[in-house]
Amino acid sequence: MKILVPVKRVVDYNVKVRVKSDNTGVELSNVKMSMNPFDEIAVEEAIRLKEAGNADEIIVVSIGPKAATETLRTGLAMGADRGILVDYDGETEPLAVAKVLKAIVDDEQPGLVLLGKQAIDDDCSQTGQMLAQLLGWAQGTFASKVELADGGFHVTREIDGGLETIKLAAPAIVTTDLRLNEPRYASLPNIMKAKRKPIDEKTPGDYGVDMAPRLTTLKVEEPPKREAGIKVESVAELVGKLKEKGAIA
Amino acid sequence: MLTYPFMTPERTAFRDTVRRFIEQEVKPFASDWDEAGEIPWALHEKAGALGIFGLGIDEAYGGLGFDDVFLRAIAGIEMGRAGIGGAMASIGARNIMTGPLQALASDTIKEKALPDIVSGRKGGALGITEAGGGSDVASLATRAERDGDHWVISGSKTFITGGLKASYFVIGARTGGPGLDGISLFFVEADTPGFTRASVGAKMGWWSSDTATLYFDAVRVPAEHMLGEQDKGFLAIMNNFNMERLAMIAQCVGMAEVCLEDSTAYAVERHTFGKPLIKHQVIRHKIADMSAKIDALKSYLWMICHTIESGSMPVAEIAKAKVLGSKTLEFCASEAMQILGGAGYLRGHAIERIYREVKVMAIGGGSEEIMRDLAVRQMGV
Repeated sequence: MKILVPVKRVVDYNVKVRVKSDNTGVELSNVKMSMNPFDEIAVEEAIRLKEAGNADEIIVVSIGPKAATETLRTGLAMGADRGILVDYDGETEPLAVAKVLKAIVDDEQPGLVLLGKQAIDDDCSQTGQMLAQLLGWAQGTFASKVELADGGFHVTREIDGGLETIKLAAPAIVTTDLRLNEPRYASLPNIMKAKRKPIDEKTPGDYGVDMAPRLTTLKVEEPPKREAGIKVESVAELVGKLKEKGAIA
Repeated sequence: MLTYPFMTPERTAFRDTVRRFIEQEVKPFASDWDEAGEIPWALHEKAGALGIFGLGIDEAYGGLGFDDVFLRAIAGIEMGRAGIGGAMASIGARNIMTGPLQALASDTIKEKALPDIVSGRKGGALGITEAGGGSDVASLATRAERDGDHWVISGSKTFITGGLKASYFVIGARTGGPGLDGISLFFVEADTPGFTRASVGAKMGWWSSDTATLYFDAVRVPAEHMLGEQDKGFLAIMNNFNMERLAMIAQCVGMAEVCLEDSTAYAVERHTFGKPLIKHQVIRHKIADMSAKIDALKSYLWMICHTIESGSMPVAEIAKAKVLGSKTLEFCASEAMQILGGAGYLRGHAIERIYREVKVMAIGGGSEEIMRDLAVRQMGV
């Protein structure tokens, strides 16, 4: 089985994101970029499936600027076999990404597409679901456990009420939640090996997809600053204040 | 921010890996380990799995099959950023003994020791310093006498980093007359009869480092445990010092960066006299001075790495940069503590630990005084 893992280059999760002074977006110059953490979990899961003998090849794909090659190299250094860069400089929206991924799936015929449940930049959480619809495949979203079973997959999902396990026919789409696994560190020998692994360079045009955004960003602003609270002297006063605010009856 | 032409994608990726490892596997436990005076052995194995002990070691013995002094420096900087030098010294101690093993040991010894040391399963330490002298290697007094097809070693070593837990040692012992031309290197296993060890006792800093005194009471080792030529050990020891010092310069960079970053972050948050600390000119000057000194040190380090990668060993520059490194760290630790005030003086704070570790960086691996002398001697005067 082949596994396809789409990975997105995003602002590193440790960076304190700042809004640009002209309110058109967030500051990206001189900011550390990394692989979307949920995608890293997806890469790790694919490697574990391969190490367990359940997969033969792992392909990482990124749709983004040339610099996204670094993100692909990170995936290759973790243990993926080859990469595909779909070179595109503009803003990416979930539907366009899903369309490109569908075309890649048609080419590569993977048995499983493992995606992060969302990217930490736009937090859309739509690409996996849209891809499942475009392909007409089964989907298991927000997975906290993935097992091969009955010729398909058993996926345990984190839902509001607890855990739900669903059975998917192969091929399938799975999106990863935070607790699925802890991604490994890319070791130095593997970083050096990744240098020699192939990365194909494509454009959205190669897949006949128009990436032009359908949405327009009007304005980006900092969230309002939280105002200082007040100190109360006693529990009775606290209860009184909460009643006053309608927080308790 | 400076951009360095030496940062290839692989070096950057390696830096990211080590940084993340330190953030997740070391920093959260730093204070507890320092107070406990030791680190869990698992840390050696986790660091080994990253490949950081394999530079310059053949693939057949678990190494990487290549060397890159930039990668050594990057690992050193990131380990310095852990803000717990003692723990990093404990795991890194093996790096100053695997080089001589790789270069000088027989295949049998390499097969036996290197894979376990490089993977982190077992520890290795270098034993040169004695109670009678550290930087003064030529006065070394531990003796090795030939007895048939064995050497019999008698004497003691002290301030041996990693020495309490190491399974394997490379030690210097006198096989010839006094002075430089009578010293040989030996491979010694910790379970050899006659070998014992003890902790050096409470230290000012580096609490989590297992620093030992080693005793050799007629320790018999096979003749093939002599590394390299008889009586020619001094040169090997001196060559080995270069990489040790380079790693220490790199650690000074990392530790000084923590001083700058932690004190700047604090100055932004902390308010005094009705405004953030960072808005006081006296504080801004401290931050500018720390930053400039670190930039200079780091740029110096990269140029030294570049010179080594180009094929020559800048012995004098390494010595000078080591002085600059510990002086920069001393300055930054002190200024960061002034900015942090009482908060930085509390046990458990990274700056408090770093402040206690300044002196070991100024003394270990060749003291500032010896380094300056060495640098001037390289000028031929």
